[in-house]
Amino acid sequence: MKLALITAAAFVTAGAAFAGEIAPKDVVMTEGAVEASLTGVAGNAAEGGKVMANRAQGNCVACHEVSSLKAAFQGNVGPSLDGAGSRWSEAQLRGMLVNPKMTFEGTVMPAFYKVDGYTRPGDGYTGKAATEITPVLTAQQIEDVVAFLAALKE
Amino acid sequence: MTKLTSIRTIAALAFAGSIALGGAVTADENAELVINGELALVTKTAAPDHLKDSLDEIYSGWVYRETDTQAMQMDDFDNPGMVFVDLGMDAWNKVEGTENKSCASCHNDPAESMKGVRATYPKWNEAAGELRTVEGQVNHCRTKNMGAEPYKYVSGDMANMVAMIAVQSRGMPVNVAIDGPVKAAWEQGKEIYYTRTGVLDLSCASCHEQNYGNYIRADHLSQGQINGFPAYRLKDARLHQVQDRFWGCIRDVRGEPYDRGSPEFTALELYVASRGNGLSVEGASVRN
Ligand code: HEC
Ligand code: HEC
Repeated sequence: MKLALITAAAFVTAGAAFAGEIAPKDVVMTEGAVEASLTGVAGNAAEGGKVMANRAQGNCVACHEVSSLKAAFQGNVGPSLDGAGSRWSEAQLRGMLVNPKMTFEGTVMPAFYKVDGYTRPGDGYTGKAATEITPVLTAQQIEDVVAFLAALKE
Repeated sequence: MTKLTSIRTIAALAFAGSIALGGAVTADENAELVINGELALVTKTAAPDHLKDSLDEIYSGWVYRETDTQAMQMDDFDNPGMVFVDLGMDAWNKVEGTENKSCASCHNDPAESMKGVRATYPKWNEAAGELRTVEGQVNHCRTKNMGAEPYKYVSGDMANMVAMIAVQSRGMPVNVAIDGPVKAAWEQGKEIYYTRTGVLDLSCASCHEQNYGNYIRADHLSQGQINGFPAYRLKDARLHQVQDRFWGCIRDVRGEPYDRGSPEFTALELYVASRGNGLSVEGASVRN
C-alpha cells in the first residue's frame, strides 16, 4: 500500500508514463475497446476494488452499486456493476475506463485515462486552474480495476 | 445499450420511486413546506415555458432533504439560518461610511422596501447598464450611497445582509426577467449551465437536470435550484450564498470555477434563477 502511494506520487511529479506504459495520448481504441494492456503487468483485482471505493481515486461507487465492495453510500447515477464481467470483454471494460464516451455517447461517466479536451480543468479539488493535467487514474490502477470488473460474473 | 438507456429513462421518470429506492431516510414526496404553521411555500410546480423542453416540473432542493432537515426549516426557532437574518437586520440599521447613513436611512423598513427584491434578482440596472445580483446592489449602496467599504462578495457580513433581504420575499414566487437587456447574459448563463467542465467533465445539467432524484454517493441530487438561497448548510454550520455554491460544485468536478461575483457567475445565477421561476423564495433555507 505504502509502495503504491509512493509510486503514484512519483507518477504525478514525473508527469510522464513509465517505460513500457502506454501514455493516455497513445492509447489505441477500436469501437470504444482497448485491446492492449496499458502496462503489460497483469491487473490485481483486490487493488482494483480499493481504487473503486476510494473517494480520491476511482470513486466509482459514487455512481454505481457493486454488491461485493464494502463501501458505504453507493450511488445510483449509473447502472449496478454486478455482472459487468459477463456483459463486457476486458478490452471493452478497459476502453470504458479510458474514455466511456466512445462506448456510451454523451454519458455522464468521466474518462479516467485522458488528458486533453477538457474545459476549465482544475488542479485536483483545489478550485485552481490546472497547470498540467494528469489522468484521474494511473495506467496500473486502470488495469487493476479492469481485473476487478472482469471477475464480476453473473 | 438500448436496454441500459431505457433502464435509465425509467429510473429518471420514476422520480418518486427513486427517492424511496435510495434507502436513506428521506421525506415523502408529498410533504408540504409550511413555515411557522402559517406560510405555505411552493416547492414543486410546473416548469417555466423556457424550460419545457427539458423539464416538466421544477422542485425546490427542500424536497430532497431528509425529514429532520426539512423540519428545521418549518419553524423559525429551529432554523439556524434565522440568527443570521437578525444579524443582517442589525447591520441594516447601523450607520457606516462618510455619508453618515445606514441602509435604513434611505430604505426605512425592509419589510416594505425590500419585499420582492430576492424574487426578481439578478436584475438589470438601467442607470449602470449592468446585470446586478443582490450582493452587487448591496455593495453599490455601501460604496456610492453610504461612502462605506464594500463587503467582500462572499463573506459573513454579505451573507447576513442577503439573508435578511431574502426573508422579506419569503413565499413570493421567483420571477426573474430573462429577455430585454438581460437576454445576452441569460444566454451566456445557459451556455455555462450546459458546458461540461473540469476533469470529471460534468455540466450542471449532468447532475441537476439528468440525475435529480438519484444518489451520488450519499448525496441525494436535487435540481440545483437557488430559490432557497442563502442556504444554511448543516455540513459546516454557516450560510452559503448562491455563487459560493456554484463555486463548490465546479471545484467538485475538478474544475476551475469562475470568480464569485464575476460576470460569468452572475450570468449563471440569472439563468439558474430563471429555471426556478414559480418556486417560492425560501431563504434562509436549511440544507445538508
Ligand atoms: C458520474 C457518474 C459515474 C462515475 C463516477 C462512474 N460511472 Fe460508470 N457509468 C455511469 C453511467 C451513467 C453509465 C451508463 C452508461 C450510459 O448510458 O451513460 C456507466 C456505465 C459503466 C459500465 C457499464 C455498465 C454495465 O454494467 O453494463 C461500467 C463497467 C462502468 N460504468 C464502470 C465504472 C468504473 C469502474 C468507474 C470508476 C473507475 C465508473 N464507472 C465511474 C456513470 C459513472
Ligand atoms: C457531480 C455532480 C454535480 C455537478 C456537476 C453540479 N452539482 Fe450542484 N450539487 C451537487 C450535489 C451533490 C449537491 C447537494 C445536493 C443537492 O441539493 O442537489 C448540489 C447542490 C447544488 C445547489 C444547492 C441546491 C439547494 O437547494 O440547496 C445548487 C444551487 C447547485 N448545486 C447548482 C449547481 C450548478 C449551477 C452547477 C454547475 C455550475 C452544479 N450545481 C454542478 C452535485 C453537482
